[in-house]
Amino acid sequence: MSDSVELYPKAVLDHGRHPRNRRAIAGCSHFAKSENPSCGDDVSVSLRIDQGDVIREAAFDGRSCVVATASASLMTELLVGKTPAQAKMLFQRFHALAAGGAEEAIDSMEAEAERLTVLSGVRAYPVRVRCATLAWKTMLAALENERSQQ
Amino acid sequence: MKAVYHQIERPGALQGIGSGNTVTVCHPPDRCGDHAGFYDVEAIRADFPILSRQVHSRPLVYLDSAASAQKPFQVIEAEHAFYAQDYANIHRGLYYLSQRATERYDQARRAVRELLNARQEHEIIFTRGATEAINLVAASFGEAFLNEGDEVLVTGLEHHSNIVPWQLLRDKKGIVLKAAPVNDAGEVPLEDFIRLLGSRTRLAAFAHVSNVLGTVLPIAEMIRAAHQAGARVLIDAAQSVAHAKIDVQSLDCDFLVFSGHKLYGPTGIGVLYGKEELLEAMPPYQGGGDMIASVSFERTTYAPLPAKFEAGTPPIAQAVALGAAIDYVTALGLDRIGAHEAGLLAYATERLSAIAPLTIVGTAAKKASVLSFVMEGVHPHDIAQILDSRGVAVRAGHHCAQPLMARLGLPATVRASFGLYNTTAEVDALAEALEEVEVMFLQ
Repeated sequence: MSDSVELYPKAVLDHGRHPRNRRAIAGCSHFAKSENPSCGDDVSVSLRIDQGDVIREAAFDGRSCVVATASASLMTELLVGKTPAQAKMLFQRFHALAAGGAEEAIDSMEAEAERLTVLSGVRAYPVRVRCATLAWKTMLAALENERSQQ
Repeated sequence: MKAVYHQIERPGALQGIGSGNTVTVCHPPDRCGDHAGFYDVEAIRADFPILSRQVHSRPLVYLDSAASAQKPFQVIEAEHAFYAQDYANIHRGLYYLSQRATERYDQARRAVRELLNARQEHEIIFTRGATEAINLVAASFGEAFLNEGDEVLVTGLEHHSNIVPWQLLRDKKGIVLKAAPVNDAGEVPLEDFIRLLGSRTRLAAFAHVSNVLGTVLPIAEMIRAAHQAGARVLIDAAQSVAHAKIDVQSLDCDFLVFSGHKLYGPTGIGVLYGKEELLEAMPPYQGGGDMIASVSFERTTYAPLPAKFEAGTPPIAQAVALGAAIDYVTALGLDRIGAHEAGLLAYATERLSAIAPLTIVGTAAKKASVLSFVMEGVHPHDIAQILDSRGVAVRAGHHCAQPLMARLGLPATVRASFGLYNTTAEVDALAEALEEVEVMFLQ
């Protein structure tokens, strides 16, 4: 099997073709949208974070390739129940996995990191790392962009 | 395997080029018993060292010549031998090697003059590429001849390199940039182009062949119409120079640009052709060594053409190697190359049309060597990635033509493009890999 096919293991194809949480969240508390200028793909991320600072709902929308879509879909599943601080740590972990570099051991999120390893194939394709991290970076921007409550 | 048949190419299918002779196109070109595909493509492939390498344990199927063409060993060897035998800086050297290098550099200019059938050798200016050549015209012609309110007319299918230099000039001098519209087939209807020519149009600048869709523009008619309106004309021949004979005298264009690396030559070298009287009237583009006659702190006089536009030490070895590339395509024959590629394009169009979720983008009546497509439900980047895993190199994205992509309503396409060395077996490899994409992502 050649390298490229490892970019598309079953789980990635499944999330790419049947993305979870691809929608907008009515009355979300946090929102951001961004674009990948190299391909014109765009993704928006909306989050609902409750009074106790826990992400209760996470969703994404937009137009993107299988890698970006699968990454966004997996991300929204993993974010629910996390605090913003934990979400940022999970991004660090994912970024290390996708882009290479030191993988810090974050004991509390082993299971989450394990699920993300299906995306580690992008490491061999620098151009695609941007696809895999697009939704994550948008999520970080969303965490900084709280919508004013009516 | 598909049956072989012949068709007579539409006269002047690559319009404005060469004699306009009709050419027999075999289909598929290299499976034709009668014409043997115009040349022995396998023998030609042996000239290109890179074509025998493998990628991801598969034979390389290189379908990205529109981005950059691969190099035959004759070109690689010319550059190597020049450095090994004849290299020195050119001009003013009193020693043997400098004179020899100067001769070789001048020879390369002669080869370009012959390729384009320019009247004079000094109408050929070496640049870093087509992009720099357009920037040169925008800066220098723009400085001398364009004023606030003057119009530059481009088309909606231009590469960014024929849009942004005019926008920079617009910001600097207040010129007006207009673009002739593109229809759904990816053509620029002549009447729409003519309608946009006005009394303020000073320059029309457009591609000969679209780098995204392969559309061949009716440049002979466009040049005539622009001249009737009193405008000068710049032709971006980056995508056509490797596929058909260009004659700047019969076209009567005022400027023409191309890049060496798309003509099987090295990177870092390109050409601006300009009519003598215009180049004479234009101010220098850059200042420096080689472009002066004499310098004092009070006054500098400029060197005559072409040196006036070639400040600094030019890409000497690259010019020499470009000369070798021109020799190569000329020996093979641009008419035969064009016919071979037309056959490949026809065959590829047929093969890819049979893949149900695939839509070919750009259905102009006249196309050359480029096939863009999308697949319903599969992102172009994912398609290109799977093709790569099968050794098939294509490009996916906006192809540096975002206004055209916006017009087509597409964020990106996949683009396969053909060169003189491609074969119908490679088209088959492309089609088979696309069928795998269909299975993987859609079934």
